[in-house]
Amino acid sequence: MLAYLVRRILYALPILIGVNLITFVLFFVVNTPDDMARMHLGMKRVTPEAIEKWKVERGYDRPLLYNRQAEGSGSLTDTIFFDKSVRLFAFDFGASDSGRNIGEDISQRMWPSLAIALPVFLIGLLVYISFAMLLAFFRGSYLDISGVVLCVVLMSISGLFYIIGGQYLFSKILHLVPVSGYEPGWLAWRFVLLPVAIGIFAGIGSSSRWYRTIFLEEINRDYVRTARAKGLPELRLLFRHVLKNAMVPILTGVVVVLPTLFMGNLILESFFGIPGLGAYTIEAIQNQDFAIVRAMVFLGSVLYILGLLLTDLSYTLVDPRIRLS
Amino acid sequence: MIQPVILWTDALVFLLTAVVLAFALYARRREHLRAPWREVVRSRMAVASLVVLCVYAVTGLLDSVHFRQALEMQEGQVEVQYSGEVTSLLDLLLGPMRSQDEKTYSAPFATRLFTKETVIGPDGEKSRTWPRLKYGGVHLDDPATQKGPDIARRVARAASESMLLMLITGLLLAFLLARKWRQPLLPVLRAMLRGKTDIPWRTALGTILVFVMVIALIVNLSGAYHVLGTDKVGQDVLYQTIKSIRTGLVIGTLTTMIMLPFAVMLGMLAGYFRGWIDDVIQYLYTTLNSIPGVLLIAAAVLMMQVYVANHPEMFETMAERADVRLLFLCLILGITSWTGLCRLLRGETLKLRELDYVQAADAFGVSKFNILMRHLLPNLMHLVLIAVVIDFSGLVLAEAVLSYVGVGVDPTTMSWGNMINRARLEMAREPVVWWSLLAAFTFMFTLVLAANLFSDAVRDAFDPRLRTQR
Repeated sequence: MLAYLVRRILYALPILIGVNLITFVLFFVVNTPDDMARMHLGMKRVTPEAIEKWKVERGYDRPLLYNRQAEGSGSLTDTIFFDKSVRLFAFDFGASDSGRNIGEDISQRMWPSLAIALPVFLIGLLVYISFAMLLAFFRGSYLDISGVVLCVVLMSISGLFYIIGGQYLFSKILHLVPVSGYEPGWLAWRFVLLPVAIGIFAGIGSSSRWYRTIFLEEINRDYVRTARAKGLPELRLLFRHVLKNAMVPILTGVVVVLPTLFMGNLILESFFGIPGLGAYTIEAIQNQDFAIVRAMVFLGSVLYILGLLLTDLSYTLVDPRIRLS
Repeated sequence: MIQPVILWTDALVFLLTAVVLAFALYARRREHLRAPWREVVRSRMAVASLVVLCVYAVTGLLDSVHFRQALEMQEGQVEVQYSGEVTSLLDLLLGPMRSQDEKTYSAPFATRLFTKETVIGPDGEKSRTWPRLKYGGVHLDDPATQKGPDIARRVARAASESMLLMLITGLLLAFLLARKWRQPLLPVLRAMLRGKTDIPWRTALGTILVFVMVIALIVNLSGAYHVLGTDKVGQDVLYQTIKSIRTGLVIGTLTTMIMLPFAVMLGMLAGYFRGWIDDVIQYLYTTLNSIPGVLLIAAAVLMMQVYVANHPEMFETMAERADVRLLFLCLILGITSWTGLCRLLRGETLKLRELDYVQAADAFGVSKFNILMRHLLPNLMHLVLIAVVIDFSGLVLAEAVLSYVGVGVDPTTMSWGNMINRARLEMAREPVVWWSLLAAFTFMFTLVLAANLFSDAVRDAFDPRLRTQR
């Protein structure tokens, strides 16, 4: 088990290096650091000295990937790529291009993100599975058919519609919850309620339909027929046998996203003015702050790889036949 | 005099159309390729959504024929000068809608502006009122009493025109079917009306009727009114939504078209050769997959923006610049979305390569290339097709979200995402400006719903494993 974990972590290293290389190429090969400096300082009337100063301050004054002047290993290490990547591996995100400490920002903004993402995930899973179970229980009936049609209709509506419509209906017309904003502490529930409800509702179509097919696939198996032949009541069969076995494919899709919940929900957060990591990322994109985008890309990949690892571990929990080696 | 302009996405759209047509001609004569499609068109849901998709596709194709109109000759001018504005065939068809811009917001079918303005009356007196529109309902002397009857008259005319057209189409279809089946006309007509035909022609005709009616309504009404109102700068909202169709279709189709060769090739190679090739390809897609999609897209689009800003000399017109950005967005969306299909194909190839017929081909000394092309690829195509139709609706929806984040299509390109993005603040106005938002959502919803229903039918017909579950 331990050996497996160590190997997986070692395997993650080349992936993270690859991720860094891709973002690096995206950022620096198309645009030289000079371009970036000019953009941040304003396009016109920038003196070469100002550009040079901007680059030195942020460590962009070295060669990109290969330093011809340095000797020995310095030719690879004394470069922008090495400097920026190694720091990321130590989770030292450094300062953003506008001078703020990224690590501190992230640890502060993580909590509002989780306050939205975690309830959406947990309650959502419960709702989707219950709804899918309901449809599977009444399979083939009019309830099932209309439920599936409803799912298709719901998943064809843009998520933005749910957000804009929900905000309009519940905040502007009914005045039940504030339109947007956030408040730390327990008072946050008023601000969190609507985004969470909308987040759950927006996913109900595609998720429930998917879970329903998984349940139906399981219901058609031999062991279910045997159990039914023994005279097991249908409800007990669904919950004791089908649900347990259907958890394996459900887990594959679900556990992967678990760590990435930290990254927050980009759209929900920025629409509801919640100061989480999703909104942080969008702000960084809109302000073209490369340091933050790079940090978030790295963080996202680390969490994704963690998710893959957790998926494998969770398999051994739900299915004892699977052994990690 | 016109000068044709072929934008990059136009060329790819035409190529895609040509490929689809070529495949249709090829499949026509081959029973094993026809059979699943025949099953698709037997489903009423699929036929109805196919009609919807076709209407959208034709609109998109019309909007893909671009050209620059010649400017009027000045005196002493020898060479013809062309307008900097790139127009399309669809623009010509929509004629008045494109040019009849009001000053600012106006509600659907309004004859007066949405906002109050200071107007100087004929007697020189200033008053705050809602001024009359420049184009909407301008032919009416007294809008308050004449508007209702006028609209009713136009609707009635549209309805009768479309009914007549449908009657002719229905009879023509019945006539053709009767000739094909060598049966008298009347029983064929009866079978059609009762929905007893093999292909549900009644459903198809019904859906076509709806669209013919909508088009007749647009033709009859849009010259005199702004059917869906106008936006902040006074542009017709209906015109914008119709123009947005092309953007949605381009994103939905070209993205998969761009990524398809990579996904298919790499997936097959990884599954067939295994070993280090498999390791490299797996590494490649795990790496790409682990970058959060939105961030990768955002980073890439940002980079492109800076690149375009630094190289303005590369693009002759605004439309060309916006088009390159659209193509680039397709490309980057393709890069983020090929991994799923690649993994799927790899798994399937791993399974297929152990089957007897592949082993036999190998034993006969068929070259590896031929095994991949002749024995494996045809047996993977149904998965590819299913992936393409399923991805389509997701990509159309993704465009809206990306445009909202600010990394979508160019702000000058008309797209549903841009419309929603602009309309976002209008919900906070008092009274609410709802038409722009609703128009974008409705058009997008129709397309995505049709695509989802169609993809369900395609999946049922092409994936026998799924069919048994139902």
